Amino acid sequence: MNAPAEAVAPVVVAGASMAGLRTAEQLRAAGWRGPVVLVGDEPHMPYNRPPLSKEALVGDASFGELTFLPRASVADVRWRLGTRVVAADLDRRTVTLDDGEMLSYGGLVAATGMRSRRLPCPGPRRGRHTVRTVADARGLREALARPGGRVVVIGAGFIGCEVAATALALGAAEVTAVDPLPLPMVGPLGELLAKALLDRHERRGVRFALGAQVTGFQGDEQVTGVVLADGTVIAADVVVESVGSVANTEWLDGNGLDLTDGVLTDEHLRVGGRPDVVAVGDIARFPNARYDEVARRVEHWSIPTDTAKHAARVLAAHLSGSEGAREFAPFAPLPTFWSDQHDFRLQSFGAPGLGQGDVRVLDGDPDGDFLAGFHRGGRLVGVVSLGGRATSAAAARHRAELLAQPALGAGSSGGTK
Amino acid sequence: MKVVVDMNKCQDHGQCVFAAPDVFRFDGDGHLVHIPDADDTRREEVEEAADVCPLQAIRIGD
Repeated sequence: MNAPAEAVAPVVVAGASMAGLRTAEQLRAAGWRGPVVLVGDEPHMPYNRPPLSKEALVGDASFGELTFLPRASVADVRWRLGTRVVAADLDRRTVTLDDGEMLSYGGLVAATGMRSRRLPCPGPRRGRHTVRTVADARGLREALARPGGRVVVIGAGFIGCEVAATALALGAAEVTAVDPLPLPMVGPLGELLAKALLDRHERRGVRFALGAQVTGFQGDEQVTGVVLADGTVIAADVVVESVGSVANTEWLDGNGLDLTDGVLTDEHLRVGGRPDVVAVGDIARFPNARYDEVARRVEHWSIPTDTAKHAARVLAAHLSGSEGAREFAPFAPLPTFWSDQHDFRLQSFGAPGLGQGDVRVLDGDPDGDFLAGFHRGGRLVGVVSLGGRATSAAAARHRAELLAQPALGAGSSGGTK
Repeated sequence: MKVVVDMNKCQDHGQCVFAAPDVFRFDGDGHLVHIPDADDTRREEVEEAADVCPLQAIRIGD
């Protein structure tokens, strides 16, 4: 049983976004009655980010609509918004905030997420946008609201392609997506789907400069063009840089942790062999027992909720003095993501990135709507559907097949190695 | 337990159907239908469904 709240050191959640909120809620669901403090650098309560590259750029709906409705169970947590955690001492169990305050913790949750990577190219700054926060989206929405503009999207990944589609819908005269790779979204999805997506985007009016490297920006104060390595200049009124993200882990420096790509965790999302520190959301680099023992970061929308649930149970068990993680099976989520572009939807279940060497059409036809299966060692590891808005029966069936498979990672009860 | 779905927000992702198949399902036209007065024993599933809704369109009343 937990002692009265005043006597107990809090769980400090560093990062007040979706993963932080979900972890607080799941700590309560797991029985933790002690104090919880959420520290977040943005001034907003946690909000849903996927609409920022799509519907939130259209019209003048309030960004407040994106705010998550917290469960009643977290009505008593303390929010420290507009505040950043700048340092942590995991041996002394303290974190330091950017206003100088030091907090002692009983449990620590690393949920600081990612920030947009910026192109290190020379040129003016004004007119160049990223899409990660409400502040970003507000600026981009204003820029895209002027119809007839020339928009250049750098990075033809999911967010880049969503923004390209949205910009066209908003009346941009020209939209060009630039990427060093030969096809859009080819990294996560492989060639078969990427070719189908390129075709769909081109037919709807998006131009592409593929296999192209951006070397600079033209313009004095305001960007007027994007310069490519071969000397080509693409005229631009609005530039969107969607070139990936960087993990916010600097505050954990000096604790001997592996922070090479996010925060390395064990199979229970614990950090640095410590039972009182867990990582959740985009920054957690965790092994997924569903697939293997390799730790990976996964930037899918389902991961904050999945990691929060597992990490909170493990942390709450430790804090209540029980056996801790030993009562839980290793973390083995089925990752899920979607992407809405123009009038079509991509929906993914599992880990298509692990099965790109063996992609099969499971249903439909690549010239139209279809379902692709990604296999590794002959085993289905991911399915991606390209088509209308609703989940197809075939997609649901193959999702169920993915869920029913026994885990492969170390220490998993169903494990065959 | 009251289950409220904002159908202006719903975009038929179907994550709720996976999370709580006894409360949410697609009709023959592929549109979401749900039981507005779900049994309280389904609370955990419905909470899960609300969490995983990409549009955050599901609310739980008492």
